[in-house]
Amino acid sequence: MRQVSVECRGVRLSYGATAVLRDISLAIEPGEFFALLGPSGSGKSTLLRLIAGFAQADAGELLIDGAEVSARPPWERNVGMVFQSYALWPHLSVWDNVAFGLVERRTPKAELRRRVAEALERVGLAAYGERRPGQLSGGQQQRVALARTLVIEPQVLLLDEPLSNLDKSLRVQMRQELLELQRRLGLTTIFVTHDQEEAMTTADRMAVLDHGVLQQVGSAQALYDQPANAFVAGFVGTMNLLPARVRSREGGCLLLDIDGVGDWRLPAPADEPAGERLLVSFRPHALQVGAVDGAGDAAAVHDAAAALHLAGTVEASEFLGEFTRYRVRVGVQDLVVDHAHRAGRARFPAGAPLGLRLEPSQVRLLPG
Amino acid sequence: MLRRAGAGAAPGGRRPGVGAWVAGALVLAFLLLFLLLPVGKVFVTAFVEGDGTPTLGHFAAFFQQGLMREAFFNSLLVAGLSALFAALIAVPLAYFTVRFQFRGALLIQTLGVLPLIMPPFVGAVAMQLIFGRSGSVNLLLGEWFGWNLPIMEGLAGVVFVEAIHYFPFILMNLTVALRSIDGAMEEAALNLGCRGWRLFWRIIFPLAAPGFVAGASLVFVKVFDDLGTPLVLGQTNLLAPQAYLRITQVGLEDPLGYVISVIMIVFSIAAMALSAKLLAGRDYATTQKGGGALQRRRLSPLGAVAAYGWIALVLLVVLSPHLGVLLLSFAKVWSFSPLPDAYTLAHYATVFQDSGGMIRNTLLYCGLAAGLDVVLGVTIAYLMLRTTLPARRWLDWIATASLAVPGIVLAIGYLRLYKGVMLPGTDVLLTGSWLLIMLAYAVRRLPYALRSCVAALQQLHASLEEAAENLGATPLRTIRRVVVPLMAGGILAGFVTSFITAAVELSATILLTSAESQAPMSYGIYLYMQSVAGRGPGAALGVLAVVVVAVGTYLSHVVVERTQGRLAPAGKGSGSSNA
Repeated sequence: MRQVSVECRGVRLSYGATAVLRDISLAIEPGEFFALLGPSGSGKSTLLRLIAGFAQADAGELLIDGAEVSARPPWERNVGMVFQSYALWPHLSVWDNVAFGLVERRTPKAELRRRVAEALERVGLAAYGERRPGQLSGGQQQRVALARTLVIEPQVLLLDEPLSNLDKSLRVQMRQELLELQRRLGLTTIFVTHDQEEAMTTADRMAVLDHGVLQQVGSAQALYDQPANAFVAGFVGTMNLLPARVRSREGGCLLLDIDGVGDWRLPAPADEPAGERLLVSFRPHALQVGAVDGAGDAAAVHDAAAALHLAGTVEASEFLGEFTRYRVRVGVQDLVVDHAHRAGRARFPAGAPLGLRLEPSQVRLLPG
Repeated sequence: MLRRAGAGAAPGGRRPGVGAWVAGALVLAFLLLFLLLPVGKVFVTAFVEGDGTPTLGHFAAFFQQGLMREAFFNSLLVAGLSALFAALIAVPLAYFTVRFQFRGALLIQTLGVLPLIMPPFVGAVAMQLIFGRSGSVNLLLGEWFGWNLPIMEGLAGVVFVEAIHYFPFILMNLTVALRSIDGAMEEAALNLGCRGWRLFWRIIFPLAAPGFVAGASLVFVKVFDDLGTPLVLGQTNLLAPQAYLRITQVGLEDPLGYVISVIMIVFSIAAMALSAKLLAGRDYATTQKGGGALQRRRLSPLGAVAAYGWIALVLLVVLSPHLGVLLLSFAKVWSFSPLPDAYTLAHYATVFQDSGGMIRNTLLYCGLAAGLDVVLGVTIAYLMLRTTLPARRWLDWIATASLAVPGIVLAIGYLRLYKGVMLPGTDVLLTGSWLLIMLAYAVRRLPYALRSCVAALQQLHASLEEAAENLGATPLRTIRRVVVPLMAGGILAGFVTSFITAAVELSATILLTSAESQAPMSYGIYLYMQSVAGRGPGAALGVLAVVVVAVGTYLSHVVVERTQGRLAPAGKGSGSSNA
């Protein structure tokens, strides 16, 4: 199969006065499994519908395989879409649902029969052709929807929240099946989800959207380790964000005044955001937990490359199995701290003093 | 899951294609030619002198005539009282079905349909024979107690017949409204110490009021516009009969007929606008996810006796026109006796001999009209819900506005507008052909078919169509392979509703029928009923009409149930889970 690329250039779209997509530019590589990730109302589904031809951009270009397709109606795009609701036609049998697109393409009878049978075979529903969609379970309906789309051999596969209507255990299984199928077919696939775990576990790369603005594009690890801004940092995983003011920048060293906590000295990173106000960010498990060691509130004294030591008080804790998540008050700020769990390790009670250690390499500075 | 903008509504912002424009233009042309222009002509004629100068003189003349003033107030009175009495019958029945756990509920469901399958002007004659001065009931009352119940005298008779015929409108609307009340609403009130009558008046009735208002205003409009019943009962001092008499006896040029028409339309629209205004923003369908409906209680023994008693009484009265017509159709002689003196099948023989043409005409006109209605209905529904054609809502509004146009007014408009116009390609007068009868049926019943089609299309999640387009089907192919098959139940229901209501329509028929060979059954029944000798065959024809209507109603019910049963389990497929 020939693999094709999908590219958006400066796409804008608004419904009335509401801007849904603002200047989206995005290139999806041939054969890539690409996720559009964002909260409700972020514009991710609209972007998907735009690629399918169900929405029309006010400005910008949409290229599939290098050709501008904005003017092409949905039925001429050969872009297969699996709908969130599956949109199986209740008046047609499973077989007729799958055969629909081939009938539209005037496929000869014998070939049609062969291809529909193959498609049903591929999703493990060969025996279910006579059934009506209503007689199938959610997971089976999902597979029929997939077979119906794949049978027309689309250039690009679009999946709109493909797993959201399934229960949790089935979701993990379908996720695996989808991924295997995509790897096998090598089909350029774009899927929309609001579930960051789903995106991170399946997608080669993903784009995070919020309020119609593209926040960041990259692999799961890139987004997790180097979030571009506070939104991405908070949406992909959990992040501690501390507002800070820059006191001085000198000799590759930054002196920061963390609001309500005190002064921190950090090595200046290469991509240091400009401006007076910054956000200091680090993951909950980047904080190492230890007893208070006396050097606690001397944080401002030591040099930039050395670890930071913080003293705090446990406010609350949740036991999550793999780790215990603490809410720790440091100064006036609450930090989330994940402490890996081992059998027999006791929980720190509320009110207990806690010493925290943080490697500067784990700290990322974001624009404030 | 939150759906984004654009999903579920018109497929996001695509420009309407040529097909949509052409379809919209055709629908608009139909509505213009056969609804707007004829009605406009009636309005214009009411406001101009013979030479074309504008005037209010006709209206002044109308209100100067005592007879007209009387007809005007009588019409208001009869319509108002009919709505009131219909409400008195319907409200307890609706409340019983929703509130109590008892078998009577099914009986009430049946009660709700029975009157509608019998056109009121057919029942009116039978009601005379049963409740009239020398009818069965009064003969028995006079014999046993020495007094009479003058319930069929004068306007009271009209109110009685209309209330009995139209109460189902209130019953059905109110039942639906009551059913959709969240049980928690009531429980919250109970929790705060409100119960019994106070609970009903302060919580339950206000929450169901939109349904009541919708039903009651419909009854008012229907009665205000009804021509057949007062004519059959010989009550001509009402607006609709006056308009009819003016046009048929004084002539098509008489301005008073037009003045009456304008007044009737204005009141119909006012009643509908008033109810729409009262209903605006009051969608009280409060049942929530996981919440139940009102709690059903067991009836106390005394309550059961009272409820069954009331139901039995209503059922008896509601069934009396049906029984009466049936008896009349078999009666050899029936006068001054509680029951016919002898029975015969001769009336049916007469009807089949003389009226085969009428039955055929009814099937032809109503079939064509209902077919036209569903085509228009599907087209308007699709344009409205699935395209971005400018002003598409107007098609819906105009088509629905025909509800406010009394049949007689539409007929007058046709006669006036198409006076002297020949059928294209022939030398037959358009006003002398049956085409206008059929078109009048189509226009008057369009709202029923339209609502049915709109409801059917609204239930279709737009993603079902998008999936088809995504797989390569053009919009036209999508309509053929996905939209129409999935709407089939709604389309058929619309067809049957249009068909059966057109089959018993009299007010436009009576004016537009220019030759007996063109007459449909409703006209035939009316003609027969004019003479005492014709009552028997008239009743026989009435029975046939009722059978046609009843079978049609039942069939549509079965088909709708079946298609719903077939499509419903595909919960996720039909998108109902996340629409």
